[in-house]
Amino acid sequence: MHYKLGIDVGGTNTDAVVIDENMKVLAAVKRHTSEDVYEGILNSVDAVLDESKVDAGLIDQAMLGTTQCTNAIVQRKGLSPVAILRIGAPATEGIPPMVDWDDSIRAVCVDWTIIGGGFEFNGKRLAQFDEDACRAFLNKIKGKVDALAISCVFSTMRNDDEVRAAAIAHEILGEDFPISLSSEIGSMGLVERENATILNAALNQVAQRFTEGFAHSLKQKGIVNADVYLSQNDGTLMTIENARRYPILTIACGPTNSIRGASYLTRRDDAIVIDVGGTTTDFGVLSHGFPRESGVAVDIGGVRTNFRMPDVISIGLGGGSIVTEHEDGSVTVGPQSVGYQITEKALCFGGDVMTATDIADRLGMAEIGDPKLTESISKETADKALAAMREMVEDSIDAMKISSDPIDVILVGGGSVIFPQDLAGTKSVTCPEFAGCANAIGSAISKVSGTFEKLVDYEKTGRDQALENARKEAIALAVAAGADESTVEIIDSEDVPLAYYPGKTSRVRIKAAGDLRTGSAR
Amino acid sequence: MRTIGIDEINDIALGASLLGAGGGGDPYIGRLLAIQAVKECGPVTLIEPEEIPDDAFVAPCAMVGAPTVMTEKGGGKDDFNRLFDRMERETGKKIYATMPIEAGGVNSMLPIVAGARRGLPVVDADGMGRAFPELQMVTFTIGGVSSSPLAYSDEKGNVGVMHNISNKWTEDIVRSITNTVGGQVMTCQYTMSAKKCRDWCVPNIVTMSQELGRSIRSIKEGEDSKGIEQRFLDLTHGVRLFSGKVTDVLRETRGAFNYGKVVLAGIGSDKGHEASVTYQNENLKCEVDGDIVATAPDLICLVDHDTYTPVPNEAVKYGKRVLVAGLPCAPQWRTEEGLKLVGPRYFGLDTDYIPVEERSQRKGK
Repeated sequence: MHYKLGIDVGGTNTDAVVIDENMKVLAAVKRHTSEDVYEGILNSVDAVLDESKVDAGLIDQAMLGTTQCTNAIVQRKGLSPVAILRIGAPATEGIPPMVDWDDSIRAVCVDWTIIGGGFEFNGKRLAQFDEDACRAFLNKIKGKVDALAISCVFSTMRNDDEVRAAAIAHEILGEDFPISLSSEIGSMGLVERENATILNAALNQVAQRFTEGFAHSLKQKGIVNADVYLSQNDGTLMTIENARRYPILTIACGPTNSIRGASYLTRRDDAIVIDVGGTTTDFGVLSHGFPRESGVAVDIGGVRTNFRMPDVISIGLGGGSIVTEHEDGSVTVGPQSVGYQITEKALCFGGDVMTATDIADRLGMAEIGDPKLTESISKETADKALAAMREMVEDSIDAMKISSDPIDVILVGGGSVIFPQDLAGTKSVTCPEFAGCANAIGSAISKVSGTFEKLVDYEKTGRDQALENARKEAIALAVAAGADESTVEIIDSEDVPLAYYPGKTSRVRIKAAGDLRTGSAR
Repeated sequence: MRTIGIDEINDIALGASLLGAGGGGDPYIGRLLAIQAVKECGPVTLIEPEEIPDDAFVAPCAMVGAPTVMTEKGGGKDDFNRLFDRMERETGKKIYATMPIEAGGVNSMLPIVAGARRGLPVVDADGMGRAFPELQMVTFTIGGVSSSPLAYSDEKGNVGVMHNISNKWTEDIVRSITNTVGGQVMTCQYTMSAKKCRDWCVPNIVTMSQELGRSIRSIKEGEDSKGIEQRFLDLTHGVRLFSGKVTDVLRETRGAFNYGKVVLAGIGSDKGHEASVTYQNENLKCEVDGDIVATAPDLICLVDHDTYTPVPNEAVKYGKRVLVAGLPCAPQWRTEEGLKLVGPRYFGLDTDYIPVEERSQRKGK
């Protein structure tokens, strides 16, 4: 028997699960996230190995979901100084890099330039690649930056100029110098793709640290035979090598993992997933086994990118939310929370702050800590608090629905006990076993994917043939990323004609995903 | 007279995406071009049509081509200077001001870019009061203003001028030039006197875009949680057509245009009813339970059901919940000449034009 280890590092807790070959959950644990992150990981790995009684040497896949990249960008912490080389003059000069960035994040860029080169949408050359200008810029920034971001007009159609510039950069800056190419990171839309590429370059140091730290933590615990993967924001995995090169793709994988984990635990493909944490609760939609994506462009720390993120709403209500009695007799819950200090501050743990968890305890919905300690809460106050919580959660369920029909709801996350299970507008409310660690489970069961995106001229290749080719390419990309070919399926397909343009050119975007092939990372 | 800075640009862009009526292209890339131009060259002066001196020469500008291409190529720094230089040389007249010919979508932003980079005021007016798919569909065509001479410039530096026998020919020829130069071209056309501009423009549209944008933003910021829908309709002078969830999107390309149909299943008070919105780049017709409730040239706008953010046709997806609103078009379009250019029959719809507010009253009876 072989085993998978899934780990999710959140702001409050680090969760770990062990799953066997038949995808059965053997153990799930929750430990506090430590300041340096690794102590939390080590503690949770210790505990989950202990509880599952699995031999560390038999774990052959280890998956990590982490918020470290998001935090680094949002807090502007640990980012590397970067330079930006854009290939696209004389087009694109009207919009220099980072036009609408906040000054605090713009500071990551030491120097930028726009040089001649790039392509038209049909692959025709827009301008000659200006090699002299490229060399001059790279010599100018040599020794001043830790990473380089390269973008180019229509590099999603042809990446020749980006690849050429990268070769020159390696020649001038060194073979191992970290370089991020926009064609490998984002999709159509130069500015958003370049933004993601700049952030990716800036995350270079952060990525080296967490990938090394994770690999080291595993070794330290005797997990020496495992392929190591990182969770991406679309619910699929990448190798640790790719995570080092494309750390930006790990951004915001948390909600996705919870939704996928909830799907796995309940064997449902369509539901609303409510992930209850210590301070906030996230509402997401599970649609055909994957999270429903948000239609709007995604801002990361104030920077617009063209990633597709899960459509999630968050409210300030969780297990640690503080219950307040007002003078007029009303009772409110949150948004202030005791957060991870719940085990010291909540009444049921002997503290002196009344929290949402204490209400659940008082009303007999859950037994946490010492129930005697919550007897001091009056029944009336507890009822009022529960009514307030019920209203907040029912409103949010309604907001996420796509029709007024009752819908299945899955409750997951550490704080899931605080909600009643008879919620308005629902067909069923399920709180599965191991719900507390749904995100780590989501990480452990993730698939691998490949995405094809290009502008295709249907006059050259008929639509049916073009889409068939695109599907094949997407599948090949998924297999190259480590998917088992026999399990690969098309999970998303888009085909949008180019507006206001004569001819039959369409933007085709197809995504394929499949189960991880064992041994694919070795 | 007032000035347009970065805050104003952000609001105008948001309003312009509503006036795109489903098309017009995402103003985002135009917004960045405008922000950069204002950062480099300072704020732009916005003037009323009445403030244009009688002997002044007005030169509107617009991008022709695929907005998707523009999200990659953006624009150069000198595109508009080349364009206006060429036009001044052609006509022998000094350009006093520029203006949009199209207030909806990405073309709302480009006159601000041109104004900042050329140091020209922008007239608070346009020739559509919204977005339309073809260049001859401007109120100036009704007023006998010619789109010729038309100057064009691509981002590589190719420049040209053309004289055509009709505004429709200009549309056809410019569209084929975009095909050759890589999908987008900047143009200066419908140059005219102050009087022609005052007589035929759709006035106050830049200010209206800005107010629409500010309203949508304030709704998003939750400044007003009661009767949001009514407030949105009041601010846009719109008629509520339908609330629904997208159940199907059919798309097809013919010539330079995208045709399609969005099918909606009712939610809330429209539960149990069905609606559809038909488009040719921009939305043309809205039907509820098989009855037409609005047609072009009135604006049929889809907005997010919760945030009131405009939803362009390219972004419509299954499951999205939207409010469909009908906004009355500029009065010039409701004349016989106007309806010949942009009425329902021009777009191949077999129905007479009835103003959206009248259709909704009939339905109520």
